[in-house]
Amino acid sequence: MKILVAVKRVIDYNVQIRVKEDGSGVVTDNVKMSTNPPDDNAVEEAVKIKEAGKATEIVAITVGEEKAQETVRKALAVGADRGIHVKVDGIIEPLAVSKILQKVVEKEKPDLVFMGKQAIDDDCNQTGQMLAALLNWPQATFASKIEVKEKSLEVTREVDEGLETIEVNVPAIVTCDLRLNEPRYASLPNIMKAKKKPIEQINVSDLGVDTNPRIEQIKVEEPPKRKAGIKVANVEELVQKLKNEAKVI
Amino acid sequence: MSVLLIAEHNNKEVKPFTYNAISAASQIDQDLHVLVIGFNADEVAQSISQVPSVKKVIQVDNEIYENYIAENYTSAIIKQADNYSHIVCSANTFGKNLMPRVAALLDTSQVSDIIKVISSDTFLRPIYAGNAFATVKSNDPKKCVTIRPTSFDPAPTTGGSAEIVKADAADKTETTQFVKREEIKSDRPELGTARVVVSGGRGMQSGENFKLIQQVADKLNAAIGASRAAVDAGYITNDHQVGQTGKVVVPDLYIAVGISGAIQHLAGMKESKVIVAINKDGEAPIFSVADYGLEADLFEALPQFLSELNKLNTIQK
Repeated sequence: MKILVAVKRVIDYNVQIRVKEDGSGVVTDNVKMSTNPPDDNAVEEAVKIKEAGKATEIVAITVGEEKAQETVRKALAVGADRGIHVKVDGIIEPLAVSKILQKVVEKEKPDLVFMGKQAIDDDCNQTGQMLAALLNWPQATFASKIEVKEKSLEVTREVDEGLETIEVNVPAIVTCDLRLNEPRYASLPNIMKAKKKPIEQINVSDLGVDTNPRIEQIKVEEPPKRKAGIKVANVEELVQKLKNEAKVI
Repeated sequence: MSVLLIAEHNNKEVKPFTYNAISAASQIDQDLHVLVIGFNADEVAQSISQVPSVKKVIQVDNEIYENYIAENYTSAIIKQADNYSHIVCSANTFGKNLMPRVAALLDTSQVSDIIKVISSDTFLRPIYAGNAFATVKSNDPKKCVTIRPTSFDPAPTTGGSAEIVKADAADKTETTQFVKREEIKSDRPELGTARVVVSGGRGMQSGENFKLIQQVADKLNAAIGASRAAVDAGYITNDHQVGQTGKVVVPDLYIAVGISGAIQHLAGMKESKVIVAINKDGEAPIFSVADYGLEADLFEALPQFLSELNKLNTIQK
């Protein structure tokens, strides 16, 4: 089986983001960037499947500006075999990303496409499901366990009520939850080796995909601040405050 | 212009967040129709027809819809989509799984997880785990929108009498099979709609210690939440997770115990009306959003808290 894994470069999850004063977005200059966390789980799962002898090749792909390549390089360092970088500048919506991925899937013909369930920047949670729709492939979203069978996957999904298990025929799209696995760190020798692995660059204009935004971002603002609270001295005071001041118990 | 809302249900009962989604959808447009896709789900269609803001219920009933497989649901929705300017559902795992599949087939750029309807094409939505709010305008002729249920009050559930129209099923997918569902049954209020939530984090140190949380939750008739760290550590199951990638809750009272307050956790609870934090680390970020912070060892504080609650004559339910 061949696995295509999509990774996205986002502001690091530990960074407290700042909204630009002109309301045009959030500050990204001189801010630490990294791979979207559940995309790391997607890469890890692909590598584990290959290590188990059930996959033959892993191709990591990203869609974004020049520096987005870093995320592909990281995937190569933990075990992906080669990379693809579709170069595009500016805001690109999940619908456009899924159309780009569709073109690449038609060329690369993977059996599986893995990616994180949600990007932690725009919090859209759309791309995997959209790609599945465009390809008319089955989708297994929010995966916390994947069992590879001969021509199908049995996937356990995290849903609001608990867990759901479905079986999807290959080819299929899987979007990965953070609990799917524990992403490994790349070793220094593997980071060095990854520098020699090929990354194919594709200009988005060569794919013939309409990437114009359909959604206008009118403004971005800070959410309303909570008023500062107090520290209570002990449990008795806490209960009194909750009873008599906040009146919630 | 008409809005089509996709109902979430279990073939017997309407899931509560469907009523919140109905509220949001009727703010987009008054001509609100609800699509009930299910199997033997007549009671669901009946219940929804009694919601006063609903103008029409479309029921698609077939065994292929018994387990809410997204591929089957999507085909059924696409069959109805021509007549509507907006397709709407809740931004919980049901809607998150389903709506993008619909949107892509309609060539629409979906607006996810809105918290406010500004006009029929303009919405407010949180980004970056709620650390910024974006006002966005959709320019697609047909709009697909998911709504954050806790940001809208539930619609009144009785007094209406919308007509129920039956519609044909669509094609069945051959490539996805339902295997099983493991629902965690509980007598407690649902996490998403509970008035009080008591949550534990990594500071709880073990699953066994969550008993302390349970005792307080029992006393307050509260739901039990958890941070991702506590779920990852195996202290408690995933359906309890509150945060950016878990559930978003807005109870009247949220009690965070042994939770440091990572950005991702705050995203799921910081809109709560009153927040209490109990943590032995006085510098923990959770205190920055807490109305009442108690810097204490939770293993001493929780039993004391329970005994103080026991002294109260009455506790609001």
